[in-house]
Parts: sequence; C-alpha cells; structure tokens
Amino acid sequence: MQSLQPWVPFAPEQASTIAGEVDALYLYLIVITLFFSVLITALIIFFAVRYRRRAPNEVPRPVAGSITLETLWTVIPLLIAMTIFAWGASLYFKMYRVPEQAMEIYVVGKQWMWKFQHGGGQREINELHVPVGSRVKLTMATEDVIHSFYVPAFRIKADVVPGRYTTTWFEATKPGRYYLFCAEYCGTNHSGMGGYVVVMEPTDYQAWLAGGATDSPASQGQKVFQSLGCATCHRNDEQGSGPMLQGLFGKQVQLDSGASVVADEAYIRESIVNPRAKTVAGFQQIMPTYQGQVSEEQLLNLIAYIRSLGTTTEGGAGGATTGNGATTTTGIDPDAQRSNPIGPTTPSEGSAPVTNAPGSTGGQPEGAPAQRSTQRPQGQSGRRQQ
Amino acid sequence: MSTAVDTTVPTIDAPRVRHAHINYLTADYGIKSWLLTLDHKRIALLYLASVSFFFFLGGAYAVIIRLELLTPAGDLVESQTYNKLFTHHGILMVFFFLIPSIPAILGNFLIPLMIGAKDLAFPRLNLLSWYIYMAGGILTFWALLNGGVDTGWTFYAPYSTTFSNTYVVAAGLGIFINGFSSILTGLNFIVTIHTMRAPGMTWFRLPLFIWAHYATSLIFILGTPVIAITILLLALERLAGIGIFDPALGGDPVLFQHLFWFYSHPAVYIMLLPSMGVVSELIATFSRKNIFGYTFVAFASIAIAVFGFLVWGHHMFTSGQSIYAGLIFSIISYAVAIPSAVKVFNWTATMYKGSISWDTPMLYALAFIGLFIIGGMTGLFLAALGLDIHVHDTYFVVAHFHYIMVGGALMGYLGGLHYWWPKITGRMYPEGWGRFGALVIFVGFNLTFFPQFLLGYMGMPRRYHAYPADEPLWQVLHVMSTSGASILAAGMLIPMIYFIWSMRYGRFASANPWPATGLEWRTASPPPTENFVTTPVVTWEAYEFRPMQEVEVVGPGDTPAQPIEGEQPTDGKR
Repeated sequence: MQSLQPWVPFAPEQASTIAGEVDALYLYLIVITLFFSVLITALIIFFAVRYRRRAPNEVPRPVAGSITLETLWTVIPLLIAMTIFAWGASLYFKMYRVPEQAMEIYVVGKQWMWKFQHGGGQREINELHVPVGSRVKLTMATEDVIHSFYVPAFRIKADVVPGRYTTTWFEATKPGRYYLFCAEYCGTNHSGMGGYVVVMEPTDYQAWLAGGATDSPASQGQKVFQSLGCATCHRNDEQGSGPMLQGLFGKQVQLDSGASVVADEAYIRESIVNPRAKTVAGFQQIMPTYQGQVSEEQLLNLIAYIRSLGTTTEGGAGGATTGNGATTTTGIDPDAQRSNPIGPTTPSEGSAPVTNAPGSTGGQPEGAPAQRSTQRPQGQSGRRQQ
Repeated sequence: MSTAVDTTVPTIDAPRVRHAHINYLTADYGIKSWLLTLDHKRIALLYLASVSFFFFLGGAYAVIIRLELLTPAGDLVESQTYNKLFTHHGILMVFFFLIPSIPAILGNFLIPLMIGAKDLAFPRLNLLSWYIYMAGGILTFWALLNGGVDTGWTFYAPYSTTFSNTYVVAAGLGIFINGFSSILTGLNFIVTIHTMRAPGMTWFRLPLFIWAHYATSLIFILGTPVIAITILLLALERLAGIGIFDPALGGDPVLFQHLFWFYSHPAVYIMLLPSMGVVSELIATFSRKNIFGYTFVAFASIAIAVFGFLVWGHHMFTSGQSIYAGLIFSIISYAVAIPSAVKVFNWTATMYKGSISWDTPMLYALAFIGLFIIGGMTGLFLAALGLDIHVHDTYFVVAHFHYIMVGGALMGYLGGLHYWWPKITGRMYPEGWGRFGALVIFVGFNLTFFPQFLLGYMGMPRRYHAYPADEPLWQVLHVMSTSGASILAAGMLIPMIYFIWSMRYGRFASANPWPATGLEWRTASPPPTENFVTTPVVTWEAYEFRPMQEVEVVGPGDTPAQPIEGEQPTDGKR
C-alpha cells in the first residue's frame, strides 16, 4: 500500500501499517466522488446550455417519470455505498482489534498535556518515543475532560473519556517525528495540547530507554510551564497580566500589602498553589490556584525552571542546563526545537525518559480526581453563573 | 380584476404603476400592527428581520475566526476568546439562523398560499412562536454579550458541565426556549397541511416545498423535545451536580453525546429538507417542467426525515461507543444517502428538454446541486468507519458540514428569497446584481471551504486557535480559505443591499413574474391579507405548466398570469 502515497493528494506521511490502507479507501472515495460530481455537473451544464430558453413564452413538453430510471439510480448508488461500507468496516475492525504481543504504553490526557509512561517506568510529557516496526498498544485515561489522541501520520484517533480506559494501537513503519494532536475540544489551550510521536530505530529506542541522558528538572519544569499555559500571563516581557519571571529568583518582591518577601522556593510554591496569599504589588488577583493540578514533583521542576531563568534576561541563557548540555534552552529561544508543534518553543532532542523515582507521585493517572477548571476567566475563582 | 382601478393595464415589461389594491403590507400601519399581527405573511417578515440579524452577527464571528487563522500563531485574539468565537458562531448560525431560516420565513409565508388557505391553522400560536424565538434569541444573545460561552456549540460534557466557567446555562436556556418555537411551528405546519388544503389540492398535487416542510415539521416535533431534555439535564448537572454525565457519580459523558446527536443530526435535515423543497420549486419553474419523479422526490423527503433519526451515532465513531453500534450507524448512514441521491438525479432529469432560464434563483438552485453533491459525497467519506477515524474532528468535517449547511441550506434559502421576493414585497430585485451576487457567493464559498477538505485530510484538527508553523502548506490553505471568506462576506452584502434598495425602488412585480404554476402565483403580489379573495379550486397537477393558459389571477391582482404559448398547437385544452 505504500506505493499509493504519491497518488494521494494533500495527505500526511504514511508512517504506520494502517495508513496506506486508509489512504487507499480515501482514493476509492475520491474516484467515486469525482465520477458522480463530474457526471451530474456536466449534465446540468449541458442541459442548461442545450435547453436554454429561446423564446419567452415557450413551454416544453412535459416528461413523465420513469420507474426504470428511478430504480437504477436507487440501486446502483446503494450497491456502491455498500462496497464503501464494507471496506470501511473491515478497516475499522483492524484498527480496533489490538494485536497480541503489543508493547503497552499508558497515556494520560489532562488539560492541556499528554503524559506517557513506558513499560519500564520511563515517563514523558507531550513526546512519545516508540520503536519502528513494533506494535504499540496505548491504554488511555483522562484526568479531566474528554480528549482525543490523534496522530495524522498513523491515521489513528481515539477519544480519551473520563471514567473509562480507551485503547488504540499502531505499528510505526518509518523513523521520524510525527505530530500528535488533541482532536477533541478540551478548553482554553486545546490547540496547545499536542506534541510529537518520535519513531526510532529499535536500537536507538533501547538506548533512549536506558536513559543515556536524563532530562534536567529545569527542562521538565519548562514543559510543565508550557503545558499549563503559564506563559500566557507570565510573559517574558512587561506586557503580561502576571509578573515577569525572568530574573525573579532570589530577589526581593514588593507585595501589594506593602510588605516585601524574598522570591525563594517556598514563596514560588505558595504562589502557584495559593496565588492569593501574597500578591505582587501592581497585579490583580486573577491567577487561579493550581492546587491539585501540579504534583509535588512538577512543582519542584517548575521552581527549577524559574530558577533557571536566572537573574538576567539576555540571550535566553539563564543557566539552564539541559540533559545533553549542548543546547541551552529557555522559553524565549526561538530556534530551539519544539516539543509542542504549536505552542512556544521548548527543548526536545535532549529529552530522555524520566526514570520512575520511587515515591514520586507525578503523572499518575490513577486516583487523580477530576479537578475543577484551570482556566477561570478574568478575576473569578468560582463559577461565573448568572 | 374587477377591483382594479388603474386605467392603464400594466404589462410584464412595464409594470411601473403603483398597486391600487390593498395588500397585507398596506392593510394597516404602525408598530402595533406588526407586533400584534396574526397574519402569517407579516409574521414571516418579523422572522426575516430577526433571523437576518442573527445571521449577520454569526457571520461577523466567522470573519474574526478566519482572520485569526491567517497566521499559524494564535496572535489576533487570546485562546479563550477564540474558543468563544467559534462557539458563538456555531450557536447563532445553527439554532438562530439555519434551523428557523427557511421554515419560519419562507414556510410561514408560503405554506398557506401554496395550499390555498387564508392563514396557518393557529395564527395566534404562530405569533407566539415568533415571540418565543425572540425570547430565546435575546437570552442567548445576552449570555454571549456578557461573557459568552466557550464549550463549542456541541456543549460536550464534562467540559460544559464541570469545567467551563462561562455562561453555559444561560445560553443553553435560550436554546431550550427557542426549541419551543420550532415545536409550535412544526405543529402548526402539520395541522395546516392536513386540514386546510384548498378543494382539489390533493396530497400528490402539493408542491414539493410542502412535502419538504411536512417532513421537516415531523423532525421539529419529534426531535426538538430531545434537545430540550438534554439541555435541561446539562443545566441540572451543572447547577446541582446530579451526576447524569459524571462517571464519578455513576454517569457517563458519552450519554450526553448520544442525546445531543439524537436531535442534532436530524437537525441537519431540518436545515436541508426545506432547502431541497425550495430547489424543487426553482428547478421546476425555471425549467418550465414538471419535476421528474414527483412521488420519488416527495417520499425521499419523508425517508430522509425518518432515516435521519437513526444515524446519530456516526458522530461518535471515535468516542468509545461499541464497535457494533458503529457498524449499524455506518450502514444506516449510507441508507440515508440514497434518498438524497435520488433527489439530485430527479432534479437533473427535470432539466432534460426543459426551457431553462438563468435567472438568479435558478443560479442558486444549480449552485445548490453542485455544492450539495460535494457535501453529500464527502458525507460518504465520513460514514466510512475506518476512514472517519482519521478525518473525524478535523477540518475535513468542518468543510463537509459547511458544504451541506452553507452550500446546501444557505443557497436554497437565498434562491428561495430571490424567487419569492416579488411575491413578498411586490417588487423585483435587480436581476443583473442578483446574478453577480450569486456568482461572487459561489466563488467565495468554494474558495473558503474547499481548501479545508485538504487541510483536514492533512490532519488539521478543528477548533484550533493555532497550528504548526513548520507546515507552510497549511498556512497557504488557510490563507486561501480566509481570502475566500472575505469574498463570501462581501458577496453576502450584495443581496442585502439590493434587497433593501428594491423595497423602495425596485420595479413593480406582476402577480406571476416568472411565470410559475403554484397557487401563490395566482394571487396578487403582494397578496391581500386574506391571501385569496375567493377560495381557489385546484384542477391541475403540481408543476403542470399547460393550464397557465386558462388561469386568471384569483383576486385583486393587477396583471393576469402571463399566458404561455404552447409549443404544441395540437393541445386540445387550448
């Protein structure tokens, strides 16, 4: 089926075993559509010209209906439709029947990030590393609303529904980086809830699993920062509706109560889980609490990230040390490779699995109760109802 | 003819003389005469004004959406604002424009005229329907203005029940109230069509417009209560947390989708069927032919209305519903495609050996057929289970339903509005501008929505505020789409301007300017309040052009129906 790729116009890459088959059905439908639309359009244009009104008062001879024609154009489309149905249904079965001996990966969707956990306990956010040529089964849950796991290059999509696990599977056929999207509308940052599926050669995958380089806490914290949409308000210039974080760590902060406080770990943590306790002078109390939305592990990473923004905003350096050390990356480096195809830039090549630290609670799908909203509109902490 | 006091007899070419007869527009003046009117024709105009208001509002939201998507980054508006924009666009267009447009305006105006009745069966109920529509519309509009809603017009749980902090209940309540307007209108139509047909107007002499509205009314009555219940449950869930859709309390969010689409899929046919009814009238009149396979077209409407209730699950192939449910919904979706195809074939066959004029309404009818083929055929893509997995919730779906709703429903609506404009206002719109406007709208529409099919197959999900910047082709297609939308928006202004212009300056219309065969053309333009001075007696079949030679205008029309010379002088009826 791979050979069909050049024939399919405007299609994403075929990177899974099923992709070529989906494209083949797509082509079949395009041919049928072209046939009928060209046929009808040509007839209409031909009739409209051939039988155009030549005299204002002409009345053509009435034409009686024809049972034969009616039968023909009922039965023939029905038969064609049934072939499409059968083809589509058999493909659907193939997509849903998860093959045996598939490697299992757990997926958790939450507003607005994808969290993955590999069999060996390695964790990732918004990036999924898989080996080429292996069947991968995804077992998926959501912590809040409905999301939908969508990889166009694999032609797969499955909703992730509260209160149940859903599954899908794929077998990647080509190494590369492919878009991962959330396809079910899930709130404010819906279009930012994406990332990449990175398909690797099996040996590379093994090396990656072994965790050649661990992702630094700062770089993980940056991902959390992006995923939660913190950058919407905490921008790297003075225009944001929240305080600028560059150069914040360790400084004296003037509060609206008149007091001042040093921006240390405890203060930053408190400002995330209980933003109203100490509001910076000159800013409104509009930040919602992230209590229950960020795990302790993530909080530590966030603090590490904010610390990495350093005391200077120049050059985006700020002392962030990522895993491979080759690229220093902060949220303001436009050339850094993306781990979210749509959102602001974050590092990715250096990312490696997070070894499952004992006692860590971050990213556990189970038992996390659905929390109310992270995106409370302007100045409202409760629900805005009339 | 006896009441006409004009000394000059206007002809079709120069009917410049003011109508002397009292018509429904001149029967009474003042705001009260409009707001308390029981005349179905005046109520139709009340709907025309209010529906047009919501249409242009919904269009304005679409313009901002398209501008945002010009660039990959979400830089024009905030994400939250963008989400509200597409939600407001959807709510206004679906519930306050598309659903009421043809039935409440053209249906209201024409059903009594077409069947030879003086009014609808329940004139007070008809006025009440408009007030209910306005109450719902104003409540929803208020909710949108005071903060808005960000759930998408589909209100999926649990986002709408638990997570959204916007005016979900108020907007939903507006839609809930508006639903009663649909139910009462449907009831009124069904009773009217059953009981108030003129002598001789048998079921199979009814114009296909009436059949289409009958089928639509069935959906109004049977479907709308389900969306009312769904919204009620949503509000209860939101306000009281009763747990219908919350798995933590034993509910199921997918249940919401079942309930929602049980109404909202048939609602697609509420939008489409009346438009198909209009197209049947247009094709017949402007081909001067009886509709080929009248009974097949008539029963296709009923079949679509019935099958349309059985396919809601095809919106949920990726939702986690059972694979067997998916199979059943898929196969029935193919079944519902067949009556639609039958209609298209019959319309095409009607043109065969016709006398086809290219007046504006006919251009809209032909545009309808062309766009409906594309919209309908891409529906087959979406009903194919294995393929839908890839294109579901992408721009492919967005393009598909815009081809159905704009390319189908809106084209039919505009065609119908042009066709009956002389009957409604007694004036002609400028034909040249009409054709030009139709062309601009057709081009703008295709440029807007065709690229979205390609975007969708390439994987662009719908409801995305931003898209990947490293896909230049995506941006190219979005730029095409946005430029098409600009053309479409400009095109929509053309009819609006000349319609308003023609109300004062348009050429006077004769009773039957096209000419056509329906009863509505056998009374004056505009009709008198009581529609017909004497009850018409129908002795001819639908779309039978021959009897035009014998028929005179019933009532105080100022021109007789233009007699048409037959091609066959051998016709014995002469």
